[in-house]
Amino acid sequence: MERDDIIEYSLDAHHSEEAGRKIRRKIWMVTLFLAVVTAVEVTLGAYWKEWFDLSAWNNIKLVYVVLTLIKAGYIVAVFMHLGDERRNIRAIILLPYALFILYLVFIAIFESNLVHQTWLRYL
Amino acid sequence: MAGDASKALSNDVLWGGGRSPFSISYGKMMMWFFLVSDALTFSGLLTAYGFVRHSTTEVWPIGEEVFRALPGLTGSYPLIYVALMTAILIFSSVTMVLAVEAGHRMDKKGVIKWLFLTVIGGAFFVGSQAWEWSHFIHGGGGYITTNTGEKYWVHNDTHDTHDPANAPGFHLVPADPKHYLIPAEGAHHLDHAESLKLWNERANYVNGANMTENEYGPPQYANFFFFITGFHGFHVFSGVIINLIVLIMVVQGVFHRRGHYEMVEKAGLYWHFVDLVWVFVFTFFYLL
Repeated sequence: MERDDIIEYSLDAHHSEEAGRKIRRKIWMVTLFLAVVTAVEVTLGAYWKEWFDLSAWNNIKLVYVVLTLIKAGYIVAVFMHLGDERRNIRAIILLPYALFILYLVFIAIFESNLVHQTWLRYL
Repeated sequence: MAGDASKALSNDVLWGGGRSPFSISYGKMMMWFFLVSDALTFSGLLTAYGFVRHSTTEVWPIGEEVFRALPGLTGSYPLIYVALMTAILIFSSVTMVLAVEAGHRMDKKGVIKWLFLTVIGGAFFVGSQAWEWSHFIHGGGGYITTNTGEKYWVHNDTHDTHDPANAPGFHLVPADPKHYLIPAEGAHHLDHAESLKLWNERANYVNGANMTENEYGPPQYANFFFFITGFHGFHVFSGVIINLIVLIMVVQGVFHRRGHYEMVEKAGLYWHFVDLVWVFVFTFFYLL
């Protein structure tokens, strides 16, 4: 029996030749951006010791984390099309994840500091 | 995007029943839920790595000093090979999103072309990882420890790690205790006779990496390398298989008859996720 209560959302995802050109242009722009960011990361990794003082390492680490999050944001929003989905599905995917991970990262940094101190004291 | 999600619908219509308030098909939503749970697994692994690295009092190896070889070449190319792998994976992600775009225009030939390139890119990545594992396991010479606990790096011209003392150019270099890897150019080299004497009286020879010891750093370093890149590599491998199956179905015209290429989109979500994970592994394992 043919069911008539299922909406085929996937049929709605079709787009025209003209819209496709715009989308492809956006894809290539994002590609260029990701490639440039990766090149910057690698160059920084290979040459930072020649360009900066050794004490700059903590700031460079921060730069790496920020660049990584920017890259991840573009991949999720453009390549995985999450930016085109409704706000409520963006929320149910990103918010629970962010909640768990922020706590996990916080507790890992906090506890690893304490473990480090303990090692230093008793070794 | 011309999808259902871009339609202006009031909340009464969206949540009034009879349709998905998310304007998304069941399959795509479940793929997203799976990806969230998988992302939690990878986050757990990377956080565990960060925990061990941050809490240890031992010297931890630096990615740009461990991973600096290229296949078929001698010399030092810090992180170039890993950057190449990253580029391959990002580009195969791009070809995937182009396949999805072609699917939205019902362009079967376009989907086949881009999906095929995606499979090739993925296969290249898995192959590169196999080479990197092999290089990591075999090592670059290794070190010996003496009975008094001193550490010397083993050098020879042919990079023979099976019988290093009989290879030409064999000599030992005293290790810098504050540093895991080979000291800079011009460090003090022992002469051949002295090196051979120490070699014959060695307490232990550590070369390459295995589950209990490695020449790069603490044992956990190699364990995390094997587990994190191995788990990711297995994801890439399954992604290549899934993409291959979808490609065969596209060629057979299954999705064209169905009227939409959503299966390509769902396989694409998984494939982009694999790329996304690699972005984080690259930063937190290799760069930091």
